This record gives sequence, structure tokens and C-alpha cells, in this order.
Amino acid sequence: MAMVTITINGKALTVPDNLTVMEAANRHGIAIPNLCRHPQLTPFGGCRLCVVEVKGLPRPIASCTTPVTEGMEVTTMTPRLEEHRRFVLELILSDHPNDCMTCQATGSCQLQELAYTYGVKGERYPGERRIYSKRDGNPFIERDLEKCILCGRCVKICDEVQGVEAIDFGYRGFKAKITTPFEDDLDCEFCGQCVSVCPTGALTGKLWKGKGRYEGVRETETVCPYCGTGCNITVHARNNEIIRISSKPWAWNEGLLCVKGRFGYPFVKSPERLTKPLIRRASGNFEETSWTAALEYVSAWLKKIREERGPDAIGGLSSARCTNEENYLFQKLLRAGVGTNNVDHCARL
Amino acid sequence: MIIRVCMGPAGIAAGGKQVLDAFNAELGRTQVAAKVLENCSSHQVGCLGLCARDVLVEVHRDGTKTVYQYVKPDMVARIVQEHLIGGKVVKDWLVDAAYDSFYRKQVKVVLADCGRIDPESIDAYESVKGYEAARDVLASRTPEEIIEEIKMSGLRGRGGAGFPTGLKWELGRKAKSDVKYIICNADEGDPGAFMDRAVIEGSPHAVIEGMIIGAYAIQAGHGYVYIRAEYPLAVERLRMALDQARSRGYLGKGIFRSKFDFDIKIKLGAGAFVCGEETALIASIEGQRGMPRPKPPFPVNKGLWQKPTVINNVETLANIPHIIRNGCGWYAGFGTERSRGTKVFALTGKIKNPGLIEVPMGITLREIIEEIGGGIESGKPFKAVQTGGPSGGCIPASMMDITMDYEALAKAGSIVGSGGMIVLDADDCMVNVAKYFVQFTQAESCGKCVPCRVGTKRLLETLERITSGKGSPNDIELLEELSGGIKSLSLCGLGQTAPNPVLSTIKYFRDEYDAHIRDRKCPAKVCKGLLTYSIDAAKCKACGSCLKACPSGAVSGEKKKPHKIDPAKCVRCGACFDVCKFGAVERE
Ligand SMILES: Cc1cc2nc3c(=O)[nH]c(=O)nc-3n(C[C@H](O)[C@H](O)[C@H](O)COP(=O)(O)O)c2cc1C
Ligand code: SF4
Ligand code: SF4
Ligand code: SF4
Ligand code: FES
Repeated sequence: MAMVTITINGKALTVPDNLTVMEAANRHGIAIPNLCRHPQLTPFGGCRLCVVEVKGLPRPIASCTTPVTEGMEVTTMTPRLEEHRRFVLELILSDHPNDCMTCQATGSCQLQELAYTYGVKGERYPGERRIYSKRDGNPFIERDLEKCILCGRCVKICDEVQGVEAIDFGYRGFKAKITTPFEDDLDCEFCGQCVSVCPTGALTGKLWKGKGRYEGVRETETVCPYCGTGCNITVHARNNEIIRISSKPWAWNEGLLCVKGRFGYPFVKSPERLTKPLIRRASGNFEETSWTAALEYVSAWLKKIREERGPDAIGGLSSARCTNEENYLFQKLLRAGVGTNNVDHCARL
Repeated sequence: MIIRVCMGPAGIAAGGKQVLDAFNAELGRTQVAAKVLENCSSHQVGCLGLCARDVLVEVHRDGTKTVYQYVKPDMVARIVQEHLIGGKVVKDWLVDAAYDSFYRKQVKVVLADCGRIDPESIDAYESVKGYEAARDVLASRTPEEIIEEIKMSGLRGRGGAGFPTGLKWELGRKAKSDVKYIICNADEGDPGAFMDRAVIEGSPHAVIEGMIIGAYAIQAGHGYVYIRAEYPLAVERLRMALDQARSRGYLGKGIFRSKFDFDIKIKLGAGAFVCGEETALIASIEGQRGMPRPKPPFPVNKGLWQKPTVINNVETLANIPHIIRNGCGWYAGFGTERSRGTKVFALTGKIKNPGLIEVPMGITLREIIEEIGGGIESGKPFKAVQTGGPSGGCIPASMMDITMDYEALAKAGSIVGSGGMIVLDADDCMVNVAKYFVQFTQAESCGKCVPCRVGTKRLLETLERITSGKGSPNDIELLEELSGGIKSLSLCGLGQTAPNPVLSTIKYFRDEYDAHIRDRKCPAKVCKGLLTYSIDAAKCKACGSCLKACPSGAVSGEKKKPHKIDPAKCVRCGACFDVCKFGAVERE
């Protein structure tokens, strides 16, 4: 990879030639406002907030899509550029419900933060606002497209990362909109990747509604218990109740989760959930017992069967919810402890 | 002796068939030896003549051509008697001087064969030296020579931007890749534009030959024609022409017995204006939604399927065989220093002779309007011409001596664009014209970027306010502010040029904006919301027509007494104005 030398705000930088101007700036600690750019996705270039000036070019260019070239002289902050950014924010907010008071995304909304930084209220260019029905019968994802700024991130992550292509742009002009095929209810994997990258409150979890945003919310870093993949998750809880699950983009799983990890948490407080071992007695009834008693019961039966029928009368089936290490120990138990090769895993069934 | 009767669509509509039959009958009766032929009839080729004077009849006698206009069947006997038998031209029915200037000022290169040859026959094309250029290029010339020839000709892209074609090909030639593409852009989405359609319908082989030469120059093995599905006849002709070219070995493996392989596919567009933008066009061919992509990378380096791609407009490509055949010097002989050659314009609007015209670049607007166009149809004063469609601007009557070339038009705040030319007269409201184009660009914006998607919507709303009488004093500044932001920040050419009609009408017709905003008046009496209707008691005959026509009950009156309009109830539909036979309803 070749290196090129460019100057950003008068500072000479030597950077790899496959970077965009924004990436080069970020690497050297220079932040450029942006909304549609997401590091996991290919650049889109739609919001136009990231415009910078390049010496010799007649118009400002989008730094998120423009590759660096040798000798480029870039300025990221001028009164004119700030005016441009304010212009874009004014336009976005002129077509936005601006109901941050009751919006799920308050506090974690990039649009809100930019509006705050630039002091833009969206009053300069008043006009028609898009009004959509919010009805979408899917069980997990709330889609409030009046808040959508058409940054395209959801479309891109669904396509480029998840490989599903459940949503795309539809219609033209002011009426352009992110839609499902034929405007049906969203019917997809419900991985929620789209929700995780939406910079506004357009996509949120249905389960999250009214449960809490940031006031009094405790975040706990942990590992998803659903499968051996071991995605890192952040559990958001308030009043000792899980109100939301998210994942940090810098976690090894890059903030990506599946439907179970992201939305499958209500079981935690289910009254039907087993919290103690049960033994089925001769009567057919389950009887609560201690872990010691339960394990002794199992080991006694395993020994008895092996003695009477031989080790191959026993087989073991392990679970995909176990980690690699747990699965290793399980087959060890059957092979070395019981003495059989009858061992399998539910993921093969 | 040959008699040619115009049988183009307009000719037929004016009674061409009856005239034709009359000639046949009259010749049979008088036993005069003459052949009666049809003009412009070759399979519905759009007529490129002076349709307004149909039925036009040409008489070819002793090597001279005489043209009669407005011929009716009952005039045939006299023409046969006096002219064909007697040898004396029937002066009363000759075309007038305007007919002459209509042709004299035009130079047909791209349109030369359109309407003259059968577009569905490759033999017809070859009989007018078709495919000679391609054959010669494949047999004995290097890509570099071709590129040099096109560069020297000064040909610039006719799709709108005017990028030098030779230079584009040179970049395409230099791009390193085993696979390259050449694409013919036949999306033609500007409202009122039909140049490219006429070229493909009239001479599809010329476009194919241009593509073959271009493909060889950049060494591309694959070609696409991106054409809108709303042009079914053009698509059909193109398909036919591609098959014919393939069967003669002009497309496919080893074309013209050389070692060069090249073939062309057709890709139908679904009729989005933005798909004419080259990167959106590429996305569309790839099966994606037609949304522009950021440049760089430019298509010539990373285009279709990420491979080097040259995109040229239909008219650009149709020029190529002529340049190769006649030499770059011949082509460069037309036009001005920096805008060489000819350009096809679609002349429409309030003009006497609307239609497609081909003129040398650098011709003045006055020559086009007055001599070729025959002036304003209504006889009212000429006000302005809108060039370049929704991306262009207007040229006011005061600048009628402007030359039609890239530089002069850009300086005036408009563009040559793809060649749309809408003529406006005193009855056209310039604010309304601007609104019309912004309506179009807003509806056709792909929605990708904020300035274009939301900005043009706000522009449109402001214009709607002004034209409905709700404008406020700072609306002009607001329009300028929005326009400035949209122009500098939009991603693609659609947004970057969308404010041009607004800015240029403000520049040249600010007084009309002021009249709408300050005086609440539409000087051209077009904007309904600004009109007031009243009845002149002196003229009113109390016939009651307006009373019956008014949908909102605003008209009141009794028999034999002048009627009245209640402005509070009037919805300004103009029904009373239209029905009054006595001119008593006044509109202001
Ligand atoms: C919104 C938009 C619409 C366009 N539509 C067309 C079109 O319909 N036909 C065309 O040839 N070029 C169109 N263009 C220009 C093309 O992007 C491109 O410049 C052209 O096809 C290049 O060919 P040329 O160099 O031969 O002119 C359009 C550009 C924009 C921005
Ligand atoms: S939940 Fe996942 S699969 Fe469904 S639309 Fe979002 S990203 Fe695509
Ligand atoms: S829903 Fe969210 S992520 Fe998707 S385009 Fe709209 S704002 Fe962007
Ligand atoms: S300028 Fe308009 S048409 Fe072009 S990318 Fe932006 S929204 Fe789409
Ligand atoms: S961040 Fe660059 S255009 Fe949106």
C-alpha cells in the first residue's frame, strides 16, 4: 500500500492511499461531523454533513466518500462549512417530529447531539413534514419512519453485514422512504443490526418502550448466555429489571447480535423459568431438590446402567448454549468417564 | 418526374393519404408519366420537416425541386395540369420564404439520414455509406489514431455536461483492465426532450456504429444501451438493428474480420430522470436502485461492475461515424472555437414551427427563433427561452443575439444541456415556469442526499406560496439561500443544477417575482391564486352563463340586470371568464 502526504487544516500528514479524507482526519484526531457514515459500512455520502474544502476544487466535497490523493490540501472547519452543516441540519429538522421529550433515542441520538452542538432547532425552513402510519405488526422492531433521515445505514448493514436485504429505499423525492417489499410488515431475521446503527429514533426495540432511557439506568457488560459464540453484550437495567440489551461496536462481535441475544431477554423474569433442579419421582411428579442431590442421582444411575448394560448403552447429547470448553468437558466425561463414544450435539440435529 | 407527398405523422393527419390518392388518380387520368413517392413514411419516422405546413408536396422535375405547402386533394389537378404538364410552377401554393430559412439555417449531420432511409434495413444504412467508418477503423487504424481524430474534431458530449469526447476516450483507453465497457446513454428523461429517441428511431445503426468505433478506441469488449422502456419503438428498432449487425459480423466475435470482439446488450430503464446520471445508470444496470454514487472514483476508472466504463450520449455516438468518414477537420468546420459541430435541439413551446432542428453551434438564438422557428405562434411578444430543461435556465428576449454554445449559455446562467428549448411568450409566467421545473426535479430526486431531497421540497413550497398569492417580502432571499445550499451541497448533477431555473428567472425576471409577492399580481395572468374576477356591468348582457358555470355560487344576478361576482366566494377557477361570450368578465 502506497502512502500519500496531505495536509489537513495546515498539518502535513502521511497516510495510506486507500483511506478517505475522513478516515485520514480521524486517524490523526481530527473529527468531522457526520451522520450517514458508519465505520462498519461502505460510505454512502447522503447526509452531506461531512463536507470539507479542498484547495483547487470549486465546491465542498464529502470527506466520507472522497479518497485521499497526494498533495491534497483539506480544510475541515471554516465559517462557510459550518454554515453548510447548519443548512443541512435545518433541512433535516424541518422534516422531523422534534419530539425528543418522548423519543426512545433521546440521549443516544446522533441527530439530537448535532442539533445541540450547532444550536439548530429546525425553524428556519418550515414546510411539510412526512406523516406515516406507524403500524408494523412485527414483534420486535418499532419503525417510526417520520424520524428517519434516510442515512441508509440500516439498508447497508442489513445487506452488507447481515446479508438479508430485508429493506431498501423506495419512492422518490420528498416521499423517498426506507421500506420493506410491498410495504408489508417487516419480516426478517430480526437481528436488530439495523436498530443498532440507526442514528436517530427511527428504529428502536418494541420491548424498550417506556422502560427507561438513561436516567437511573445501570449498564452491565456481560456475555450472551444463548450460545457458545459468546457475544459480548451490555445489559441495561433499571430498578433491577432488564430494559434493553445492546452490544458495543468495539466488542469482538463488533456490536452485532442475533434476535435472541438482542431481544430474547424477557425470559429472565419469567415465572415459568427453572431456577432449581427437579427430580421426577415414581409418582410422575417433579420434586425440587439441591444440586448435590441431583448430581448424585444422575451419577448413581449412570453407574448402574454401565454395570448392567455396558457403557455403550449410554449416550450424551450436548447443547449449543454451552461454550466450547463446556462441550469439550462433556465429551471428556462421556469418553473418559463413561467410556463411550456415543456423544453428539444438538446443533447437528 | 417524381412527386413526393409527406406521409409522416403530421402529413397523414393533414390529409396526406388523400393527396397521395388524388395524385395517383390524376396522373392515371391524364396519362402523365411520373412516380408518386412517400416522404417521411419510412415506418413512422418522426417527421423532421416543417410539419406545420403539411401536406407538403415536392415536385422533382428537370433536376429542380419545387415544394408546395398546405396541399389539399382539390389542388392536385391544377398542379398536375400547370406544373407537370405545362411546366409552369403554381406560384400561389409555393412554400414561402420562411420555409427556405427553416432549412437554410440547419446543418444535418446526426439527423441527415433520419427520415430519409428505412431505419429497419441495414442495407439502407449501408447504401448511405453506413459502417464504412467502422470497417475502415477496424481494418487499418489504431485506437490512438481514432482518439486523436475525435479530439481534433472538438466533439463534446451531447448528454449535457459537454465533456470532450476524445479526452474521455483517452482516459478510457489508458485505464488498465482486462474488462471494459462502453455504455450508450439513451435514458433521455428531460421533459420535452426527444432528440435521442428520434435518432434511434430514425437511424439506429448510426448509434451502433458509433459504439463500435468507441469500443475499439478504448478496447472495450462489451457495450450496453441503457434506454427507457417508454420508447418501445426505439427499443424494437435497436433490437432489430443489433440482430442485423450481428448477422453480418459487425458485432460478436472478430468483428469486420478483425481480431476484435465486441457485442452490445440492451438494458431497459424504468423511466427515472436520475437514471440518466451516469453513476445512477450504472447502479441501475447492476440491478440496484438508480441512485447516484459518489465520484471519485469516476466511471472511466471504476464504472460498471467496478470496471473502466465510458458512457456516451446517443447523439454524441451518432456523430462519430460522420467524423471518421469525413475527417475531423470537416466536423470542426461547424460551430465555434470551443463548441464545435452541430447540435440537435427540440424546439417546443410557443413557436410557429416546433420540432427537432439541427444547427451549427454558435448560431444565434434570434436565428433559431425567428428564422427556423418562424417566430412566436400567437404573434405576441417573445419573452424568453428555457434551455437545458430542469437543469438549465432561461434566456430573456433582450439577449436574443446570444450564440448557442456551451460557453455563452453558461455565462448567461443556463446550459446547452441535452438540447431542450422551450419558447415562452408574454402569456407565460416565469415564476410558474420555475415552479414547473422544481416540481419535476423534486419528484425525480432519488432521495439520497438531504439538500436535494428536502431542499428542493422547500424551494417548491416557497414557489407555490408565491404563485398562490401568499408570498412574503423575504421569499426571494429565501429562494436564493436555499438554492445556494442545494447547489453547493448536493451529491449529483440533478441536485446541483435543480435551482438553476429559479436563479435564472430571479436574475432576469425579478420584477415578476416582485409583482407576485408585493402586488399580489401575476403579470402574465397565469397563477390562478392571484387573479381576481369581476363583471363589467356595461358589457354584461345578463345571459346567466357565468352564473350557471360558477361552481362555488359566487356569481349572483337577475334577469336583465348585470351580474356580480362575490370575491369572498370566488375560487378563481376562471369558469365564468371562459364561458362569457361578451367579454364582460374581467380577469386581473
Ligand atoms: C440528473 C441527470 C440526468 C441525466 N440524464 C441524461 C440523459 O438522459 N441522457 C444523457 O445522455 N445524459 C444524461 N446525463 C448526463 C450523463 O450523466 C453523462 O454525463 C452523459 O451521458 C455522458 O455522455 P456524453 O459525454 O456523451 O455527453 C444526465 C445527468 C444528470 C446529472
Ligand atoms: S433486523 Fe436484521 S435482518 Fe431484519 S431488517 Fe434489521 S438488519 Fe435486516
Ligand atoms: S431508519 Fe435509521 S438507519 Fe435507517 S435510514 Fe432511517 S435514520 Fe438511517
Ligand atoms: S442530488 Fe438528488 S438525485 Fe442526486 S443523489 Fe442527491 S438526492 Fe439523489
Ligand atoms: S457522513 Fe459524509 S455524507 Fe454523510
